[in-house]
Amino acid sequence: MLMHPHAYFYEIFFIFSGFDRLAQPLLQALAGTDIFFRFKGLIMQEQAMVVSRRKVLNWIGVTAGAAAMYQAMSALSFAAESTYERNFALSGAPKGTRVLILGAGLAGMTAAYELRKAGYQVKVLEFNAKPGGRCWTLRGGDRFTELGGATQQCEFDKGLYLNPGPWRIPYHHHAVLDYCHKFGVALEPFIQVNYNAMVHSTKAFGGKPQRYREVQADFQGHVAELLSKAVNQHGLDQALTREDRERLLEVMRKWGALDANNAYKKSLETSLRRGFAVDDGGGLMPEAVPSEPIDCKALLDSNLWQSIASGQEYEFQSSIFQPVGGMDMIAQAFQKQVNDLIHYNAKVTRIQQDANGVTVTYQNSDGSGGAQQEQADWCVCTLPLSILGQLPIDVSAPMMSAIRAVPYESSVKVGLQFKRRFWEQDEHIYGGITYTDTPVSKISYPSTDYGKQGKGVLLGAYIWGPNAYEFTAMSPQMRVQKAVEFGAQIHPQYPGEFENGIAVGWHRVPWTNGCYGLWTPETRQQHYKNLCQIDGRIVLAGEHASYIPAWMEGAILSSHDAIKRLHTHIIASTKTA
Amino acid sequence: MRTIMSTAVLWGLMGSATAFAADAPILSTSGKFEEQTGEALFNQVCQGCHMAQGQGAHGAGAYPALSTNPKLGAKVYPVYMVASGQGGMPGFKKYMDDQQIAAVVNYVRTHFGNQYPDTVTAEEVRVLTQR
Repeated sequence: MLMHPHAYFYEIFFIFSGFDRLAQPLLQALAGTDIFFRFKGLIMQEQAMVVSRRKVLNWIGVTAGAAAMYQAMSALSFAAESTYERNFALSGAPKGTRVLILGAGLAGMTAAYELRKAGYQVKVLEFNAKPGGRCWTLRGGDRFTELGGATQQCEFDKGLYLNPGPWRIPYHHHAVLDYCHKFGVALEPFIQVNYNAMVHSTKAFGGKPQRYREVQADFQGHVAELLSKAVNQHGLDQALTREDRERLLEVMRKWGALDANNAYKKSLETSLRRGFAVDDGGGLMPEAVPSEPIDCKALLDSNLWQSIASGQEYEFQSSIFQPVGGMDMIAQAFQKQVNDLIHYNAKVTRIQQDANGVTVTYQNSDGSGGAQQEQADWCVCTLPLSILGQLPIDVSAPMMSAIRAVPYESSVKVGLQFKRRFWEQDEHIYGGITYTDTPVSKISYPSTDYGKQGKGVLLGAYIWGPNAYEFTAMSPQMRVQKAVEFGAQIHPQYPGEFENGIAVGWHRVPWTNGCYGLWTPETRQQHYKNLCQIDGRIVLAGEHASYIPAWMEGAILSSHDAIKRLHTHIIASTKTA
Repeated sequence: MRTIMSTAVLWGLMGSATAFAADAPILSTSGKFEEQTGEALFNQVCQGCHMAQGQGAHGAGAYPALSTNPKLGAKVYPVYMVASGQGGMPGFKKYMDDQQIAAVVNYVRTHFGNQYPDTVTAEEVRVLTQR
């Protein structure tokens, strides 16, 4: 996900409506620093204007991307919550009505489960030999053959795994959580924010990783001090009453751990935030020794503070979960419900419809056997658009344009097995994420089995953007090797403790040709509604037909919405027939 | 054309990470592709889907082969595909400048069994990317 470098400042800006009046003094306080220049652009743009919330949102969208805008929209209550129905259930299917579902990922299996309960005759065609799609876990003994033919044998020890796709479930992804509860999928906390994990820049502090807690506390403290200076230099006299200014100074002292003179510096108080040079002990152990904060300018110039806002985003806030034992526990739980409906190893090659029904042509996924056909009255198609867009399919021109309008994003994950859990034993990092500006981007430590002796698997790379393409273009072995090389800059134990690894580049995954459907505001505007229509006898579902792209919640909510509309439509057409 | 190191060699060298740094791909650090030659761009970007010999791939769907591909005859077509993408293929103009797009198109149009004599310039790419 995108970082939000200015998140703190937005919060501060939105405390006051006088955005532009606050801007000048803040600029003075920040003069010469890296963020000065970033803010200058914004403020010059907006100077002498009354800044509306929407204008600020537009600016965020243009400069920081859609995800940042969405976050800001959520914060300002523009983004609507989903209308998830806790007791989703359909009933009263016309007798003998057949629905064919394409794809046994979460969207397809949700549709299969709910439509059978409603009384439909359901069948599912699935390309893979097992269900789940991108809800997928790699464990020791698994083989994965990617597009191009490279085959990896996963050599992880028993109980260790990599989730190449989704790996966490926010507390507000109600649909995923409810199915987990209903089907008995055990959940455990996913550690998103670990104050003792690292933030790392090759360009700052001599490439030495810093502790998250130090960067977090020091950034907050320095910003509080800067804002206090702006108040005391009368920069906010027009924006705030005297009482408000005093209240603000008081709040900044508490929020930033400032001293009585509104300064952020080495003290017991600041060490209670950032950690001590020597921790308190018992008996005759040494007394605590406060630690030295990072210099303000060095910290701002380091850009490390850009990494610390991630866990504050709605998508990643606590509580956030993972299934015990791997993400595909969810797929397996659905499988128990609908396995008898699924025809595996079936590669769809054509989708036809006419006034009487739907005919889907398929062949065995390994190419053996000839063309086979399945007929039904209706079809719920959950194939990724990257696949569906290549098939001959009888749908209207607007839906076909929509199917062809969504490129698929690149992403790479690498799982690495080490001889021991050195991140816990040596560095006291229990779960959570380290952020780095090296191409591996993130290192995530397992949020389970803390303190366990023996081997451990961590996520050694989670890559988006240009580096994701570059990693995908490498051989799997080179991806693993590169992840070890870059990770060693943060954890010098890597080369000595590394045993084996497995790497998944999503553009090489044979059943998706990419990670997820990448919508833009423009393509949403032009195509999204057309994509989601019931087109004759066919309706589409999946994360690509949702406003929660790439998330399992998007797949399930999309499926709920599609089958509910389809069911209503079927009932209505049966009555009029 | 740059050959991919055999995986056996790679594994043999594991543990001496810098020994083959010269042969390992250079990774971009700026948020855009830093490879400049058509060969490097193909090997480190396009190859991810279209494969080392431009042969494409088949799974539930496919990646089209670029080798001996008559669609590459009209040079504006690959320029458009690289810059703007189509279907599931992302456009690359946010990660590549016009010079890079021209370089990789020229490379693909003269390799993998393609022998188109005309070349595309960055200026011609710019007509399409409008930047």
